[in-house]
This record gives sequence, C-alpha cells and structure tokens, in this order.
Amino acid sequence: MTSKRIVLRFDESMADKPVISYLVSDYNLIINILKANVSPQKEGTLVLDILGEKYKEGLEYLKQQGVRVHALTEEIIRNEDKCINCGACTAICPSGALYIERPSMEVKFNSDECVVCHQCVKVCPYKAMEVHF
Amino acid sequence: MPGEKSYEEINQKIKEGKAVVVTAEELISMVDEKGVTQTTQEVDVVTTGTFSPMCSSGAFLNIGHTIPKMKMNNIWLNDVPVYGGIAAVDAYIGAASVPENDPFNNNYPGEFKYGGGHVIHDLVARKSIHLEAEAYGTDCYPRRELETTITLDDINEATLFNPRNCYQSYNCAVNLTSETVYTYLGMLKPNMGNAHYATAGQLSPLLKDPYFKTIGVGTRIFLGGGIGYVAWNGTQHSPGFLLTGCNNEKKGPAGGTLSVLGDLKQMKPEWLLGTSVLGYGSTLTVGIGIPIPVLNEEICYYASVKDKDLYAPVIDYGEGYQKGKTDPIKIASFAELKSGKITINDKEVPTAPLTSYTKAKEIAVSLKEWIACGKFTLGQPSQLLPGPDNR
Repeated sequence: MTSKRIVLRFDESMADKPVISYLVSDYNLIINILKANVSPQKEGTLVLDILGEKYKEGLEYLKQQGVRVHALTEEIIRNEDKCINCGACTAICPSGALYIERPSMEVKFNSDECVVCHQCVKVCPYKAMEVHF
Repeated sequence: MPGEKSYEEINQKIKEGKAVVVTAEELISMVDEKGVTQTTQEVDVVTTGTFSPMCSSGAFLNIGHTIPKMKMNNIWLNDVPVYGGIAAVDAYIGAASVPENDPFNNNYPGEFKYGGGHVIHDLVARKSIHLEAEAYGTDCYPRRELETTITLDDINEATLFNPRNCYQSYNCAVNLTSETVYTYLGMLKPNMGNAHYATAGQLSPLLKDPYFKTIGVGTRIFLGGGIGYVAWNGTQHSPGFLLTGCNNEKKGPAGGTLSVLGDLKQMKPEWLLGTSVLGYGSTLTVGIGIPIPVLNEEICYYASVKDKDLYAPVIDYGEGYQKGKTDPIKIASFAELKSGKITINDKEVPTAPLTSYTKAKEIAVSLKEWIACGKFTLGQPSQLLPGPDNR
C-alpha cells in the first residue's frame, strides 16, 4: 500500500470541525499534514499525505462534510511574461504563496507555499497563472 | 503671477534638452526635502502613470474598400462583434465586446477568455485577425459578404478612442453578503474576506491635478506605449472631493475621468492588454501617463500629495452597489490600502490592487525619459476640463 497526497479545501463554516480526528479515529488512516492553512472563520486548505485501507471511505466522509478534495498531481507556474504585477490574485490566494512585496509592490510567488487550489488560475485577468502536470 | 512658468518656456527647455523632469514619486521626495517653493523653481514637468483595466475603451477602424465595394453592416473580428453602424468600411471595436457563442455567465462564473480587448491587443501585436462582414447591398456598395484576414498594417486607419479612462479615484470593493461575488473589481469573498482597489494612488494622473488646472483638451499623453491626446472629459466625469463626517471634510479627489485617443498603429502590445475578468467580461488594460507642467506652486503642491492623503471610498459590492447605495462603509487612504490590510468595524480585511503599481511606475519613468531627451513636448490644452469649481 502506498500513501496518497491530496488537497482539501473547505469553507469558513468548516474551520472549527475536527474532521481530521475522525479520519484517524473512525477510518484508521495514517495522516501526515504537509501544509495547513486553517484559521477560525476563514476558508482553509490542507495538504495531506494519507495511508490506510479505508482511504476511499475516508474521502467519502470528507466530501459528505462539504470538503472539496483534489489529488496533488499538479503544479501551478507563473508565466512571468504575462504577469503584470497587479496583485489581483494576492488577496484570493488562500496560502499566502502569492503576495505583494512592499514597498516595491511587486507580486511574488512562493511555489513552496502553493496548495494548488487553482483560485489564482481562475481570477488572473491576464491568464498568467498556469497549471502544469 | 511672479514665478509662473509658461508652456512655451517649458517646451523651449524640453527642445534644448534642459528641462528638469521627475516622476510623481520623485517629486514627493523633493518636496519633503526642499519644500514646495524651491521644488517649483527647480522642476519643469512631473510625470504620472497608471496601468489598469479600463472597460470604456475601443478603437475606430477604417478597414479599407473591397472590389466590388461593400457597405459593411455586421462585422466580426476573430468572431468578436464589431459595431458597423457608421460609414461603409468604418467600424468600432469595443473592449467589452464578446463573441456571440461565448458561454457568458451561463457557466457561472464565466471566463470570458477572448473579447474586444484581446482583439485590440492582437491587432497591435501585428497578429493576423480573421474578418467577417455582411451587408444588405446597395447600388453603390453591391458586395454582400466578405471573409478574409487582416493585420493592423493592412487597414487604412486605426484610432484608439476610449470614452472613459483614467479614473481619478475609484471605489474599493468589499462584499458584505455571505456568498462570493464576481465583479469588475474581481472576486470578492463573503463577509469582507478581501478588499480590492484600483488606481496607482500617488502616481495616478488625475489624483495629481485635482482641480484640472493643466489636463485638458489636447494634452499630449503616453497612451498604450505610444503618444496620445486627451480628447475631452470622460463620460461620467465627476470632479470633486470625497467628503466625510458631519463637517463634510474634504478627503482627496473624487471621480474625474478622461476621454483619450491616439493612433493605434504606433502603440505597443505590452501596454494594451486583453483582459478577462472572471464572471464579469472582457476588457482592455490600458497604460496611460500624463505629464503635469509645474507652472506654479499650487500645481507643484497638488502633484506632490502622498498616498496617505489620497483616498478611496470602500463600497459594498455584495448588494449595496447594485442597489445604488453609494455611502461608503469607510474612506481608506492609499497608504492603508497599499499596506495590505484595512480595518473595517474591527475586522482586518486583506487588500489587493487591480492596478499594477510597478507598471504605473514604468510608464512614469518612460514618459520622463521621452520628455528629458526632447522627444515629447507638452501639449497646451486648447480648453481645460470641468473641475470641482466649474462643473
């Protein structure tokens, strides 16, 4: 059995629910949290490495709870030729991977912090954020 | 008035390569250091810049006559509908025009991948554009159909003519509802999850001449990487000041706008970008830079106002804007907005710009270089625009 890497995205109403505990207690899954962005009253993301026989059942439970689950097989790349450094993505990015450096007001992208949620790909007006497989 | 400079004097210095030109950012530091009086004596021209989506943009095209001749009625460029209700082969491509087969917001939020703004960019980038036209046919213009490809160099004239650009101050948008909304100010998360603002603040052209003392009909400007002109005031031009509190305290310039034009053929694709606003539509991001002649101390003073003294009204785009509720939730300074967060009702709200400050600065620097090397002289307005005191 090999572990699987997944990205969980959830709305602010879910932020105080201990869903990961239930994955461990009810589905006997071994979980390694690789990245987490969880704050009270805010939408959040988690990147997990999961191992266990009841993997599928665990994912089903998450989906029933309203958590959006994606496989972590993609990477987000910034096309530097297209990016104009406006910043329209920076308050949308849930993990802080896209941010503005001050005082220059340049937009920076730290791909180590990216949770591949695709939000920037959708909102970038210049299509500068690309999904690579 | 003693110490006043004239356009003629400044243009003479520009031609001789002796004009002192600084960007609005540099002027701020100079005034801090030397005061307004000395800076006015030293500086001839201040350059400004902004690079932002500006939906009220488009271009008049004269496509050229075919043999046999045709009075083009319905016209498409790369499937984007173009207005053909002017003379035989004249047309107007609007930045917000979208192909008829686009899913629009039926697949909410719509992506609006390609529209009029993208066509204008592709024209300027010298790409081949697919042209289709239909006509009802007349005795003098018998042809009824045309399908061909054109480039910007093939057509007779192309004039970028934007009815409303370069907003002075603009709303900062938040969303007070519990659902995400997709607006022309971007995706707004529920319960004030983010705040989006526009304009380049202390670099922004119309924030630096709030009384419209220098910017008027015929002002020569940086437009789309080339040279353009102010044609008139923009539509919905609303010069004035943001007012706040029971004393109606003035909080910086309000909603002046410009109508601008220029020869599209000498513009640059990197300064006219096709833009897709999720859930909203297609538009054009336009680079504009305006030189402000330092004719006197008052003009110098206003051009040196900083982000901390320039403001934007924070408006609810969740449902308030739609209902015409224009009372601001807060009036935030550009210094606050640019810091990355503002506080509204004790809640810290992350802020993000839609205007590229780094590109605005590049425009102000380019314009400064053009003027300093004598390539660009000032256009004295033949008529000033309505300002706060003479609307």
